[in-house]
Amino acid sequence: MAKEIEAAPSVQLSSIAVSETHGENSPYFAGWKAYDENPYNEASNPSGVIQMGLAENQVSFDLLEEYLETHPEASFRGRGATGFRENALFQDYHGLPTFRKAMASFMEEIRGGRAKFDPRRVVLTAGATAANELLTFVLADRGTAWLVPTPYYPGFDRDLRWRTGVNIVPINCDSSNNFQITTPALEAAYELAESMNIRVSGVLITNPSNPLGVTISRSVLEDILDFITRKNIHLVSDEIYSGSVFSSSEFVSVAEVLEAREYKGSERVHIVYSLSKDLGLPGFRVGTIYSYNDEVVTTARRMSSFTLISSQTQHLLACMLSDKKFTKNYIEVNRTRLRKRYERIIEGLRSAGIECLKGNAGLFCWMNLSPLLEKPTKEGELDLWRTMVHELKLNISPGSSCHCSEPGWFRVCFANMSEHTLEVALERIHKYMEQRRT
Amino acid sequence: MRLVVPLRGIVGGRGGLILGTFVPCALFCYLHIRRLRFLATRRVSERAEPIAKAEESPYYVGLGRVSQDPFDEVANPNGIIQLGLSENRLCLDLIEEWLSENLNGAMIGHGSDKGHLGIGGITGYQPHDGVTELKEAMAGFMSQVMGGEISFDPSRIVLTAGATPAIEILCFCLADPGDAFLVPTPYYPGFDRDMTWRTGVELIPVHCHSANNFILSIAALQQAFNQARKRGQRVQGILISNPSNPVGNLLPQKTLHDILDFARKKNIHIISDEIFAGSIHGNEEFFSLAKILDAENFDKSRAHILYGLSKDLSLAGFRVGVIYSYNDDVLAAAKKLTRFSSVSAPTQRLLISLLSDTSFIGRYLETNRKRIRKMYDIFVSGLKEIGVKYVDSSGGLYCWVDMSGLMHSHNVKEELELWDKLLNVAKVNATPGSACHSIEPGWFRCCFTTLSEGNIRIAIERIRKVAEMRKSSR
Repeated sequence: MAKEIEAAPSVQLSSIAVSETHGENSPYFAGWKAYDENPYNEASNPSGVIQMGLAENQVSFDLLEEYLETHPEASFRGRGATGFRENALFQDYHGLPTFRKAMASFMEEIRGGRAKFDPRRVVLTAGATAANELLTFVLADRGTAWLVPTPYYPGFDRDLRWRTGVNIVPINCDSSNNFQITTPALEAAYELAESMNIRVSGVLITNPSNPLGVTISRSVLEDILDFITRKNIHLVSDEIYSGSVFSSSEFVSVAEVLEAREYKGSERVHIVYSLSKDLGLPGFRVGTIYSYNDEVVTTARRMSSFTLISSQTQHLLACMLSDKKFTKNYIEVNRTRLRKRYERIIEGLRSAGIECLKGNAGLFCWMNLSPLLEKPTKEGELDLWRTMVHELKLNISPGSSCHCSEPGWFRVCFANMSEHTLEVALERIHKYMEQRRT
Repeated sequence: MRLVVPLRGIVGGRGGLILGTFVPCALFCYLHIRRLRFLATRRVSERAEPIAKAEESPYYVGLGRVSQDPFDEVANPNGIIQLGLSENRLCLDLIEEWLSENLNGAMIGHGSDKGHLGIGGITGYQPHDGVTELKEAMAGFMSQVMGGEISFDPSRIVLTAGATPAIEILCFCLADPGDAFLVPTPYYPGFDRDMTWRTGVELIPVHCHSANNFILSIAALQQAFNQARKRGQRVQGILISNPSNPVGNLLPQKTLHDILDFARKKNIHIISDEIFAGSIHGNEEFFSLAKILDAENFDKSRAHILYGLSKDLSLAGFRVGVIYSYNDDVLAAAKKLTRFSSVSAPTQRLLISLLSDTSFIGRYLETNRKRIRKMYDIFVSGLKEIGVKYVDSSGGLYCWVDMSGLMHSHNVKEELELWDKLLNVAKVNATPGSACHSIEPGWFRCCFTTLSEGNIRIAIERIRKVAEMRKSSR
């Protein structure tokens, strides 16, 4: 008699482990795969895929490098090696006092001193990704929703929803008014959530906007503040690109608007910041939550135990950001270089017959390819995107992955490459547009 | 006002009619106002509310009190001596020395060739679960820590910003809200926070007793599992810490076999927290879960090991934790979750150099063991002198001390009173067993690796005074 061998039942994993909410199967990430398999290299692979889908800032490395070379104490080298032992053991979730103070004053400097930041309200996290998720756990219960204006950063689908169980309901914005957020759009999103029996926990905006590359105007910020006050919900303002505004006077932080209102109703408002974009240090994992609400500060701080910043890194950055001469120079030079890049890419695209949304911030531009679409649909956009990735070998991000309501828009990053590489990319676009005309 | 109608119907009669109208109306108004007040003042989510409240566990309260009034031989000799934080300050001088001899190339590097020297290499986005070179260096380090007999596969390593997110991420991967893990007591108070706050997972204590040296019994495990099942609760795994925190004992080989067997029969996971594996100062043999799995033919897909550099290398501030899993699906999910808790790039770079210096690490681990043992011997001989009992331990940075002799009666209330006396009168912060879910009152965890020899003697002296006060007040 044959003996039946029963396969042992395999051990079970959680729903989170098997869910697709990490979103890594979307086109946004598929383009990265094409790049990983065939990455452009000026010398060794000049016909490879140029990565224009990664919003990284590489234009000001030399300034950082110079600082670190000339300040060994920031890295516990030489005479500055004292304090290493205490630093190695330091895991207090309040953060290194010198670093917290330096962060607060850096945030003030970026806003041209137009808003004050109290170091005691700064909560530290290992990156803005962690900050956004943490705020979601603290402010929103499972099953509730954030209202988020479209188009938005594709990573939000994962960061705000995956472990938290919170939903995103879009606030629809379109090109008729340059994708600005309007009160009717806010109201419509709120009603949409209500009609689906979803309670709204708050509004989450990115200012300057990713992927638009535009700052939100003061009057729109006032409208948003009025809206969240009326509905008694939270506002999270992700200001991660605040230091990447091409001209300092054009950025209005929600912090300034609150100051002008004498902080009335400010306990509903929370700001997220990070050094990943402005300082070009995403690998360092440095993010902050700045909240005007004491309970949120205390709770978020306790929860930050899951995502503390390395004390070694805090020490290094405390040194660097406390150096006013360095920060003043860095902010100015970085801005200027980003603006030059932006102007170059806009000019290059325009001469090829392509228009972009008028931008004033960020590491990317919002390109309008809708005239090129075979069909004015999401499928038409993805077809064109595939052409971009596989024929032109440019990895750019399709607007549909950012939940844009109009097909044909693409986000194109320009700060994560050398000037030469940017020229190569523009050249490829020129050639393609010429081919199309003939 | 739908409430009003049925009540009106029930309460008949004239007086009843008035009451029948008034009561439901009042109730409605009361609930409505309460809801408004609730909405107006509630700012954090319901799930965050418990976290917003002040910490009540003596574990955290004690730590808080010490930070307000820390003992310092010179500046604050009447301050509170810290015996409640399992930190190791004994060997940081060795790391400091290593840094001063090696650091120029270790952290930032020079030039921009190869991409990973020069700042271009460490500033950009890195794989969230750690760069390959660090995983390789970590695998080698873990192997050295465990005596060189086991080899760890770098591709099974997921690096996290400390052991705290490591265990949380593992829970998110292995269990759904409402599921449970069986955890032998006494256990590290932090597990209550780390494993349950955001995951919705529950911990079921499985009590261990002094009568059998606080070693987990399979019968107790079985009983706890059955009770959970009767309640309709799904048990997803067992969490052991080995060396144990707070007891400091090592799990015998047979016990590990039995636990693995139990896990297989019930088809559940087993997590082994081995964060103190490099802090074994006694002569007992240590059996890592990895060693057992290497040797025997157990189903590995249910096994996971936790590790980190906070204890063995004293680098708690640098935030470096490890999930080592034998399950590919768990690895895939955990890797994606590390985006919320990655190791900082400059720290990764520094550690690649430090951990790759295997001869330094070998010397470090040996010296570390010796120094911990020295402090342990001083501490326990002090306890012996004052007539206080303790459990012989081979690992960890602490001693599991039996202070029931200082208690008038044998219950948790007395234990907490004693804790309070020790903290506020004797000025010594030790962690009471109840904070660790100990079923037997009177036990305290005392960490001795943050103190100098002299300060250990002062701590013992203060405990002695309390012992005397208690004897004389009987």
